[in-house]
Amino acid sequence: MIAGTASAPRGTFARGVHPPGRKHYAADAAIEIPPTPAQVLLPLQQHLGAPAEPVVKNRQVVAWGEVVARGKGFVSASVHSPVPGVVGLLSVATLPNGRHVPAIPVKTEGQLPAGRALWEEIFGGDWPRTGLEAYAPEKIVEAAREAGLVGMGGAAFPTHVKLARNEKRPVDTLVVNGCECEPYLTADYRLMLEAPAAVVSGALLAARASGASRILVAVEDNKPAAAEALRRASEGTPIEVKVLPTKYPMGGERQLVVAALGRTVPTGGLPLDVGVLVSNVGTAAALARAVLRGRPLTHRLVTVSGGGVARSANLLVPIGITYRELVEFCGGLTSSAAVAVAGGPMMGFALGTLEVPVTKGTSGLTVLTAEDVAKAEQTPCIRCGRCVEVCPLGLVPTRMALASRHRDWDLARRYHLAACCECGCCAYVCPAGLPLTQLIRTGKALMPRE
Amino acid sequence: MTEPSAPPRAPAPPALVVTVAPHLAGGGPTTRRMMADVLTGLVPALVMATVVFRWHAVKQVGLCILACLAFEALFAKMRGKRPSLGDLSAAVTGAVLGLSLPWSAPWYVGIVAGGVAVGIGKAVFGGLGQNLFNPAMVGRAFVMIAFPAAMGAGAFLAEPGSSALEVLTQATPLSAAKQAGVAAGFWPLFVGTRNGSLGEVSALACLLGGLYLCLRRTASWEIPAGMLAAVAIVAAAGNALSGPQTPLPMLGLAAWRHLLSGAVLFGAFFIATDPVTSPLTPRGKWIFGAGIGTLIMVIRIFSGYPEGVMFAVLIMNSLVPLIDRWTIPVPVGGPVPRPAAK
Repeated sequence: MIAGTASAPRGTFARGVHPPGRKHYAADAAIEIPPTPAQVLLPLQQHLGAPAEPVVKNRQVVAWGEVVARGKGFVSASVHSPVPGVVGLLSVATLPNGRHVPAIPVKTEGQLPAGRALWEEIFGGDWPRTGLEAYAPEKIVEAAREAGLVGMGGAAFPTHVKLARNEKRPVDTLVVNGCECEPYLTADYRLMLEAPAAVVSGALLAARASGASRILVAVEDNKPAAAEALRRASEGTPIEVKVLPTKYPMGGERQLVVAALGRTVPTGGLPLDVGVLVSNVGTAAALARAVLRGRPLTHRLVTVSGGGVARSANLLVPIGITYRELVEFCGGLTSSAAVAVAGGPMMGFALGTLEVPVTKGTSGLTVLTAEDVAKAEQTPCIRCGRCVEVCPLGLVPTRMALASRHRDWDLARRYHLAACCECGCCAYVCPAGLPLTQLIRTGKALMPRE
Repeated sequence: MTEPSAPPRAPAPPALVVTVAPHLAGGGPTTRRMMADVLTGLVPALVMATVVFRWHAVKQVGLCILACLAFEALFAKMRGKRPSLGDLSAAVTGAVLGLSLPWSAPWYVGIVAGGVAVGIGKAVFGGLGQNLFNPAMVGRAFVMIAFPAAMGAGAFLAEPGSSALEVLTQATPLSAAKQAGVAAGFWPLFVGTRNGSLGEVSALACLLGGLYLCLRRTASWEIPAGMLAAVAIVAAAGNALSGPQTPLPMLGLAAWRHLLSGAVLFGAFFIATDPVTSPLTPRGKWIFGAGIGTLIMVIRIFSGYPEGVMFAVLIMNSLVPLIDRWTIPVPVGGPVPRPAAK
């Protein structure tokens, strides 16, 4: 351990908040498969790093799972067609974060397994718990790269980069993240419940690739059924299922590593700096599919939830389907719908239009009602310090927001602006209704590098 | 896991609003709610003041609240702003101010104090959240200097026989201790059957209201804790140092009497905890509270005043920006690394 500190795991992290879970909307909805869309739009940059480069031409016929754009740089990820069909003219997609990125449309032509058959194809069958020594670590990393795997918890960092062994920073522990601490979202929960074996196989493969000798699967204590399913599926393996208290943002890497292992990730560093690899449960399942079956990442689980949508559901959908199609499958928006959020309500991006494609990092769509988002009128900061009391990183958000607002970079640096993880706890509790997180985020983007 | 037929499409989808994360509301109380909490916390002190001083208490506190609200509206209008009486901050200033005055202060004292509190204490700095000094204490300091006769130790005393209220003929416990070396008993100090500023007489009432505020997390518990600990420690040290022939009678006053008399408890829970004029971080709050407690004892022991809560709070208020700067917490994971020089 070069940097960072270690102590006995305390099972939790300091500060944080307890937003209402609102998991009841979709927690009991078994995974469904909507009809295959007539067309998908595949953004070439669904991940952190360099955009993928197109390798198909207009009107070219592609098969399900065929590469349409290849990640050329080391930190990049290939994009595969989630449907059999015909490639259209290169166009542009607007991602939920507002970025415009080149995208390849594919018109569906031909047959894709539908309904239960698709589920069986992707998550069904046997997922081995033993005999995985047959797969060499380099082969696993290569399979992840071929499959275009990225972190499916939201950050969408290319998985092969994380899995590759690093001589200088060896990994001793793999933490598979099943916390799903964002309110409303239940896709990871349903995956752990309905396909725990795929998660277990993926976890074993990820540990083998990275060299981790210890494997934890972390689940918040509001999902006992998921913890139980994983425990049963991992019998006879070295995997420990670790139940952690429900607190936001438990699923954040820094908070999770402290809570589960008592190790503090250095500011500006990665869990890798303290010998830990953190991987989302969805990523683990996708890795198992990539390695054991040679299939690329073409589909993912998303939650459609909230009071603003007629019916809440957990869906297995092709990458590139639009949010509009998800909402239509769930019966449309209700009259009280006010804000549609790509992801969960704490860190997700509000959508101005639903004509936006689902990407590899999309965890769900939360449609909030006017009542859910009725914030207090903005009033001046009275320095009450509630933002300081909840900041999981021990920062002083109100001063950072002030510095950002006035472009006072000296003050911003003094208050460690760049250390913020943008979890949203500060703005969530602010009695003055100030958009602290957004101010800080803006400041981080505008602050000149030293 | 079934494949339904074409789903019905909503006829006219409602307009989607784009807002910034976090989208969920309701994570904590509003500013108004916190101010209302303070008013609630002051109720026991007001009730005890009314028991001891009868209608004098109600009149004084009511007058100060009305004055503060009126001046808030006036100054807002002068600054071209919409008056924000609804946030209740002016009402809190008025209530704290009124409860910190003697029962006997004439009507104009409360009004002048309210005007100075809201005007010079707050509006000139830019209104709510911008002021450096506790507004109520600025107003009180002004009238203390402008009307010494109405605010000094003599102001608490009614002429014997002129009042039906017996406590009004007794000196305040701290004046009695300072000038005559007379120490008050526990129960009058604790319950409040004694003379003093309106809100401070009952330790019990201050504790009740103060604990409510701390439990609601409207007041930061670190400030009263630091303040009371400092008063107790300095007083105990003074007790240990004082001899029979000490020229400083307050050195010999027992620590528990220091804690229960004067405005220590009222100040600890209702004055020092004003969020605007206290530090942001827990460590800063401890330093701030301890500083006030120490200054109170310095003023009580060495100065001509029997009590020093107001000046102690104002002095420490002026140090808050510095304390905030000293106590910037180190982030979890250490400071942001400087980029390697290239």
